[in-house]
Amino acid sequence: MNEPIVLQPDETFVLNVGPQHPATHGVLRVKMTMDGEYIYDAETVIGYIHRMHEKMAENRPYTQYLPNLSRLDYLSAMAYCHGYVLAVEKAAGIEVPERAEYIRAITVEMNRISSHLVWFGAFVLDLGGFSPLMYAFDDREQILDLLEAVTGSRLTYCYFRFGGVYNDIDDDFIEGTRRFIKRMREALKMYRKLVTTNVILMKRLQGIGPISVDMCQRYGATGPVARGSGINYDVRRNEPYSVYPEFNFDIPVYSECDSYARYNVRMEEMEQSLRIIEQGLDKLPGGPVNPEKKPKTIKLPPGDYYSAVEAGRGSFGIRIVSDGDKSPYRLKLRSPTFSNMHLFDEACRGMLIADALAFMGSLDLVIPEMDR
Amino acid sequence: MLRYFNDILMGLWSLIIGMGITFREFFKPKVTLLYPHQSVKMPARYRGHVELIPDDEGQPLCVVCGMCEKACPSNCISISGEKPEGSKRKVLTSYILDFTKCSLCGSCVDSCNFGAIRYTKEYNLASTRKEDYHFDLLKRLEESKK
Repeated sequence: MNEPIVLQPDETFVLNVGPQHPATHGVLRVKMTMDGEYIYDAETVIGYIHRMHEKMAENRPYTQYLPNLSRLDYLSAMAYCHGYVLAVEKAAGIEVPERAEYIRAITVEMNRISSHLVWFGAFVLDLGGFSPLMYAFDDREQILDLLEAVTGSRLTYCYFRFGGVYNDIDDDFIEGTRRFIKRMREALKMYRKLVTTNVILMKRLQGIGPISVDMCQRYGATGPVARGSGINYDVRRNEPYSVYPEFNFDIPVYSECDSYARYNVRMEEMEQSLRIIEQGLDKLPGGPVNPEKKPKTIKLPPGDYYSAVEAGRGSFGIRIVSDGDKSPYRLKLRSPTFSNMHLFDEACRGMLIADALAFMGSLDLVIPEMDR
Repeated sequence: MLRYFNDILMGLWSLIIGMGITFREFFKPKVTLLYPHQSVKMPARYRGHVELIPDDEGQPLCVVCGMCEKACPSNCISISGEKPEGSKRKVLTSYILDFTKCSLCGSCVDSCNFGAIRYTKEYNLASTRKEDYHFDLLKRLEESKK
């Protein structure tokens, strides 16, 4: 009666994390084969939130697919929309006014900061610190308010149009953004003092979850995950698009390969984004935000088009195969989290379960984006 | 041994810094609202669901061209109109918005060449019944006249 279960020395058991688990931040399931507290093997299972975004593109005109892009990654929706409009503009040969390009860069970078702030808050929350989440959300609220006043929406912006943007920005936005930059610089200093140099955080992250350069390359990891492993790759710098060549900014690269390196990359990226926004506001030219001539129905010439942007989580690529019809023949989305997550299976072997969840947080997973 | 004591000292220092920041936040103004009692004012460009714009006589500006119906990615708009005898233009007889399917993308407002629809600022739309989200915009326009 009620005898305790005694495991044999070489016996393992399966621990099911998810699909509903606070640490996975979405409907991700991880089947962990455990050897006591240590992970012997892990298998990530996705597909719980699959919505057929790629298939949906095939049965609607190009313009009607715009709202879908914001639903991929609800935290940095702007960048995903940017990738799509760039691909279509390139294929259809639509000229974009310079002012629109600057507005796009500014809003995308603001969205990147807001996305990193959510990651920062949730990540520290995973590690047991609650108040940084509140501070991060307070700062993020400022960005959302600014973007809401311009785009009309707080998360699923749907702000970019082929050839331009939906609305011009006004003086209130510019002034508010400048105020925000000042506030955010102070906040970043505070985060550094409160969290980055905190001894508990350092102990939990340093040397945990090493991802080698080789592993990054095998799985196709991009973004802060790759840059935390010493790979100096950023689409904004390596395959420049939009007006990014006009800006002077650094790409933070850390070669420690651990969770702390990835943490530091994102924290520094926020500073660099602030620099880009500042320069963008200084250089913002006048003029229209939509082209004078734009085809009414967009039809791409038959062919194969690809365009990539640096989203909050890495390189987001979009491939459109067109047969000359008004909707694409095939549309493929290459989402960064999909590649970033799959290295979890291999990297977490031999890790303590508490460390593995901290490691998972450092990958910054957004589940709807990898499941599409 | 030295590392052990160093860790303890560092831990204490982190604690002091953390408590200092928490203490300072304590005196900062509140940033949250008590939602049902207070609410946020929506900005001018807020994209709520759409509504019809009346002309000077209170009649809808809509000419039933069906552009919004076609532009909607989720097919949530269904409109119908008729041409009364002796009249040159069509008159709107019903404009139903199925808000259960709407994703607030704004394609309908973008596509309208007559400036006949605009966004509302409504966001308190919670309900437990599906039927509450089938908006009859023409009825809504008439009610707003009263």
